Amino acid sequence: MTRPFRIQQNAREGSLLVNMGPSHPATHGAVRIMLELDGERILNSEIEVGYLHRAFEKTCENRTYFNLLIYTDRLNYVSPLINNHGYALAMEKLLGIDVPERAKLIRVLLSELSRVSDHLTCLAAMAMECGAFTVFLYNMKAREFLWDVIEQTTGARMTTNFIRIGGVRADLHPGFKEATAAGLRETRAVLKDVHGLLDKNKIFLSRTRDVGVMSRENALNWGWTGPALRSTGIAYDVRKAFPFGAYDRFEFEVPVGERGDNFDRYMVRMREMEQSLRIIEQVVPLFERSCPRVAAAGLEPAAAVKASRSRRQEATVKLSPNLEGAERSVQSEILSSDRRYVMPAKEEAYTSIEGLIAHFKYFMTGHGIRPPKGDVYSAVEGGNGELGYYIVSDGTDRPYRLHLRGPCLPLLASLEELIRGRLVADIIPTFGSMNIILGELDR
Amino acid sequence: MGLNPFQAAWFTTTLNSMLGWGRKYSVFHYPYVTACCGMEYMSAACAHFDIDRFGFGWTRFTPRQSDLLLVVGTICQKQAPILRTVYEQMCEPKWVIAFGACAVSGGIYDNYAVVQGVDRVIPVDVFIPGCPPRPEMVLDSLVKLQKKIQKTDQDWRWKKKATS
Amino acid sequence: MEEKSDVLSDLAARVPGAVLETSAPLGDLTIVIRPESLFEVAAALKDGPGGFATLLDLTCVDFPDRPDRFEMVYHFFALSGLRRLRVKLRLPASEPAVASLTPLWKIADWMEREAYDLFGVTFIGHPYLRRLFMNEEFVGHPLRKDYPWRKRQPVIPLRTP
Repeated sequence: MTRPFRIQQNAREGSLLVNMGPSHPATHGAVRIMLELDGERILNSEIEVGYLHRAFEKTCENRTYFNLLIYTDRLNYVSPLINNHGYALAMEKLLGIDVPERAKLIRVLLSELSRVSDHLTCLAAMAMECGAFTVFLYNMKAREFLWDVIEQTTGARMTTNFIRIGGVRADLHPGFKEATAAGLRETRAVLKDVHGLLDKNKIFLSRTRDVGVMSRENALNWGWTGPALRSTGIAYDVRKAFPFGAYDRFEFEVPVGERGDNFDRYMVRMREMEQSLRIIEQVVPLFERSCPRVAAAGLEPAAAVKASRSRRQEATVKLSPNLEGAERSVQSEILSSDRRYVMPAKEEAYTSIEGLIAHFKYFMTGHGIRPPKGDVYSAVEGGNGELGYYIVSDGTDRPYRLHLRGPCLPLLASLEELIRGRLVADIIPTFGSMNIILGELDR
Repeated sequence: MGLNPFQAAWFTTTLNSMLGWGRKYSVFHYPYVTACCGMEYMSAACAHFDIDRFGFGWTRFTPRQSDLLLVVGTICQKQAPILRTVYEQMCEPKWVIAFGACAVSGGIYDNYAVVQGVDRVIPVDVFIPGCPPRPEMVLDSLVKLQKKIQKTDQDWRWKKKATS
Repeated sequence: MEEKSDVLSDLAARVPGAVLETSAPLGDLTIVIRPESLFEVAAALKDGPGGFATLLDLTCVDFPDRPDRFEMVYHFFALSGLRRLRVKLRLPASEPAVASLTPLWKIADWMEREAYDLFGVTFIGHPYLRRLFMNEEFVGHPLRKDYPWRKRQPVIPLRTP
């Protein structure tokens, strides 16, 4: 028999117990907020999570380091490349390998595109629930342009599986400059429109100003990080505090709020998007030449394999476009030079026995990436705050334990305190401004 | 009714088609969103890949007013009873689309916490594979559902009286 | 570094004998402490010169071959100085229990519930130790190494598709 919830046990005489059920209409996923109400005023609340517990950490113990990358995409699913980036950085710290320049820049570009799409989605949902449906449609429009850039480079709109241990999967696509410029243009136009629609909107202000206020000390006590913490006035951004990748080379500001209310969280996210676009503008010119493409002239793979049986084949092998990123000419720029932990180039796999063995061993059970024993904690700045990976390795090809420090857990845990004493309608913008992504929270 | 059986059949099949036509072009859906596929659902519903032009524009955020239950995302064991309850709250005729690999079969999650497919909880009409499916696949599945709605025997009182 | 030894010497002064090992693998300062002294160590870290005002993370690792099976791992963060500190302690396999940090950090509430849910570690003094992710009727603690990865416990009877 289920033990009654604390809110049921402590319910006052005459109050109403209402469920804001696990099927939330506002596409936030599945969180259950139990409310004890006196009319519209919330006397007490209790939050139940776990409706999207997909056993990420247990699954990671049963998958190789290379394979579990796909599961990291689905954590904070609105900014999947940032999760990939965090995992790759944690593994690179554990393995002690370095990543080439171009790969670092590609990672920054894609992470910032992901971050902008994360904030766009968050504010779209928050505004829609407050009634501003136009903002939702505008933000989704801008997001499509950004996802076009991501799709042309990585092959997928959302769950990309692109930023790998040791580098990235492939180089940027040839038209990325135009696509990125179009994305920036559209996003800037949309941000201007959204500022005009919401910043001085009486309804939006009265729903978000001085609602869900959190003080600085309380926020630190609750373990808040990211835009929510910055809205209280503390300028902690992992990109500035513990610079990773190539972030120390770019100029960007860390916007902070004052009061720690919903409106400040909205403004911090809007300003952060502008700063992310600024970073993207600084990264794009650094890719001076377009991405190299495999020369059209060359041997077909079958012919190259056959020819290499008698002697080592030196001519260029013509690879299928599906294998872009696996060519020898590209690999030196996008993947680490440490051969133990990255996939060998396809030409080598087709034409030399060492390459073939390296290819097989990379994917064979028991072989592949086997970090030294030990543990590591490494964090990146996710869309919601400090996204940390704690990986314990026992020397085999699977992690012994992989734990994610999700930035959403402190945010949702503090919701009970933020909405106490307020009206039911205040839950909506408060919940929306926190950007609760259950993939990250429930894992 | 006193009608010749052949005339009655023509009348009833035409009425059937008309009801089917009406039902397929005005579907109120309830997006039961849990996980990542929700983002692709949002993309499919918005300006670029509009589902409104297929008649699916009105998102009723309550199952009691919906015809279509769009199960979007992973369903965990803890979530299964809620899904069952929401399905039972819907009135006939109702349809279910399993959106995304996790809803179809558990997807990449085969572990202690995930139900291996929504059809283990409720009956499903259309399955959309993909992780997440592209919005064009979603639109294709909506068209398939419309064909299915058109073809099914519409549940109407006249027929019930005749057969009961 | 000076700040790190500052923190450690203050800790040694306030809670003598608590710190068993110190190391800094891959640059992450890590200390292993006695399980009984967790609360004093945490309070000293919070109020001491380190100023570790944030409990970043609280988790557990299961080593079934060891006599001290459960290793609790805490990550603390100091905003002033931008430092992270990892604190580990080891709990026995039978009835693993450790003091709850809820009086010091409010976020410890949910993080400890998660550790209880997934590993079965009890937190003494926790106001509401209830499962966080799994449903109440779930038997066992899923992230323990002896819990089978695919052992499902349906909440409602499932139909055959």
